[in-house]
Amino acid sequence: MPAKLPSARAGLEGLTGDFPLPGQKDPVALDNAQPAADLAAADRVTGLDKLELGGASDKGSLGKRIWRSAWPKLLAVAIVLIAWQAVVWAEWKPSYVLPDPLTVFKDLGSVITTGDFWGGVRVTMVRAVTGFALAVLIGTVIGAAVSRFAPLRAAIGSLITGLQTMPSIMWFPLAILLFQISESAILFVVVIGAAPSVANGLISGIDYVPRTWLRVGQVLGMTGFAKYRYLILPASLPSFISGLKQGWAFSWRSLMAGELLVIVPGALSIGVRMQQARDLNESSLVICFIIVVLVIGILIDVLFNAADNALRKRWGLTGN
Amino acid sequence: MSVVTLEQVSKQYGAGGNALLALDKVSLSVDKGEFVCLLGASGCGKSTLLSLVAGLDQVSGGTLDIGGRHVSLMFQEAALFPWLSVAGNVELPMRLNGVARAERQQRAEELLGIVRLKGFGSKRPHELSGGMRQRVALARALAQNADILLMDEPFGALDAMTRDILHDELERIWREQNLTVLFVTHNVREAVRLGDRVILLSSRPGRVIEDFAVTHERPRRIDSPEVAGQAAEITDRLRAEVARHAS
Repeated sequence: MPAKLPSARAGLEGLTGDFPLPGQKDPVALDNAQPAADLAAADRVTGLDKLELGGASDKGSLGKRIWRSAWPKLLAVAIVLIAWQAVVWAEWKPSYVLPDPLTVFKDLGSVITTGDFWGGVRVTMVRAVTGFALAVLIGTVIGAAVSRFAPLRAAIGSLITGLQTMPSIMWFPLAILLFQISESAILFVVVIGAAPSVANGLISGIDYVPRTWLRVGQVLGMTGFAKYRYLILPASLPSFISGLKQGWAFSWRSLMAGELLVIVPGALSIGVRMQQARDLNESSLVICFIIVVLVIGILIDVLFNAADNALRKRWGLTGN
Repeated sequence: MSVVTLEQVSKQYGAGGNALLALDKVSLSVDKGEFVCLLGASGCGKSTLLSLVAGLDQVSGGTLDIGGRHVSLMFQEAALFPWLSVAGNVELPMRLNGVARAERQQRAEELLGIVRLKGFGSKRPHELSGGMRQRVALARALAQNADILLMDEPFGALDAMTRDILHDELERIWREQNLTVLFVTHNVREAVRLGDRVILLSSRPGRVIEDFAVTHERPRRIDSPEVAGQAAEITDRLRAEVARHAS
């Protein structure tokens, strides 16, 4: 920064010509010549702004930045693979029960090139997206209602948090009794698992809108709908997004539990294929599907994080 | 012509034994185009008074008349909305009033020019310095087309150099835009530097102690002997008032 000071100064000198420099304003000149004083004042303001903003920081090239964020992840994967291989070499379990990484990845390679596999992924993803969308809709409506009406909050505010901590697998016996072995049973559990997180995200977002912003809203005369449209909803967005992210994690877990427990005839989802592999004692294939589920989970998490980071960057909530 | 008139205004928070009297029979008036500074130590109800004038709160006794005029209020924090660009923040009051897009964009550009931030409209608030943000807040307040501008220690969180420069800016904008300003501060020199009048309030409860006229020629400087001299006189009164609370 100090190196930038002289050049900023020099720029101002060029602009002001005969007028006093910033910090050296001459009171006589100020009193006598109004336009000159005004120009000098303009320069002082612009000069100060330039000094305070400083220079742009160098973040390095795109390649470097990708490498910087990628290598710890690659290292972690490598450590897991080495540990796995070590356990296999130690012959803790026979290789048809615990195959080595190379065999699994070869199987994975042949599995993901079949149409059947992608059909299964499609069935699972359609369920996940439908369930999550429904959970977002219901969670948002409940969250908005709870934060709007005090008696409702007293009535079900803590119930929502309670539901959030409930293991979703507990709902399956009831879901099966209510909906039999059907898509609806799975959907029910996915929604009930994810909606409380979405609702809670919205509620805490609305609760923690900074007081100063609310005061500005009052000063600007915001009431009713306008207050929600222009202040409360945008202000609660970061918390709502983390609610969505958590909601997704819950719905994904509930869905996987559901696909293993509620096997709907004809729908060969990832869970069903995994169950079949277990029935046939195909360890390698079971591990393949674990990897697939993990990868899908990570990819979606990356999407949510990207949204979260973009928002943080826009709002200036990152670092400095 | 008086645009703000307070007569025997009291404000009490709570009731019964825990009641807190924030303002006690405060009477004052502000003329059109006047720059009035309210000065006092902690607990003098300066901010309460502004909230009442802004209509954010109701008086407990007495009458407050602003003749149906519009007021705008600025705080110590710029409190810009981070989800809007700088221009978006300035446009917001007009958007709420249903001003057409093209017109409000043009007006926002104009207002940013007035606070010398032309070309910063597409920036985000966090990309600006504290002083710049406070000027955006001023532009937003001006966008409300209010007759009366209330300022609650608007430069309190800024460094001395920035504050000094913003005093010049506020004085210029007040003059150019024919504003009426009611400015709250606890900084005596700042009050004398800016005000046509400095009204000194007592603490707990807030009462008007004295109304000082400041007649030094503008533009003033905060470090000029005239400003310093009168500030010293007012500071003495303020000290005496603070000492009164020792017993």
